Amino acid sequence: MSIHIQVQTDDFNVGDEHNTLCSNNKSDGAVVTFTGLVREFSSGDNVIALELEHYPGMTEQLLQSIAEQAQTRWQLARICIIHRVGYLALGEQIVFVGVTCRHRQAAFEGAQFIMDYLKNHATFWKKEHFKDSSNWVEFKQSDKKAMGRWQKKP
Amino acid sequence: MAVGSEINPNDAISSAQKVELLFFGQLKERLKCSKLSLEITQPLTISELKLRLVSQYPHWQPWLEERELLAALNQTMSSSDEIVKAGDELAFFPPVTGG
Repeated sequence: MSIHIQVQTDDFNVGDEHNTLCSNNKSDGAVVTFTGLVREFSSGDNVIALELEHYPGMTEQLLQSIAEQAQTRWQLARICIIHRVGYLALGEQIVFVGVTCRHRQAAFEGAQFIMDYLKNHATFWKKEHFKDSSNWVEFKQSDKKAMGRWQKKP
Repeated sequence: MAVGSEINPNDAISSAQKVELLFFGQLKERLKCSKLSLEITQPLTISELKLRLVSQYPHWQPWLEERELLAALNQTMSSSDEIVKAGDELAFFPPVTGG
């Protein structure tokens, strides 16, 4: 059982993270990873970059607690969460979640739970930069709704 | 007051009588302040502390009274009736938007 949490400005390599989740791992049959990217369109305007800030200390604690909850609930053996902060250009990677488990369904669900929980609770704030202006992203009700599915026991 | 600056950097009062305040996201930008040390003489609730801030910085009122504003006391999400003591760290911020 291992949990790796990292908040960083630097980019990450999905291949390297995937290899770490798989290496010397004889018990797990499933690896699920998710990568979030800076996308072009948001509320109509062309986003050219994102700026992300966080609450150092609290963010890492929250991510650790999110991972521990997922680990207990789905018996995930390995969890890796990487979230970038700072100025991120279009197409760049923002977030990585990777989990391993004996079976695929728990791995899929565990990874999705971590992303839903992260979006609703982890102390990050996102600002969108357009050609001539910038705008703080508003919290989405759809993210709150996505959390609802985890209220019931799997 | 510049972002990142403290209100009384040379204040002689020891940190034991102060609350360290932090602001994040859009709130930080609106207040033009990322952190400040607030002197308190006795424990008070988060809402009382907000009122203290508003009396000290009246132009902050609309932002501090925003309904969706969240607070974390010593890095734990907290409701407005929780007690803040000297030496505590209290952060205010809008709903989170990571991922």
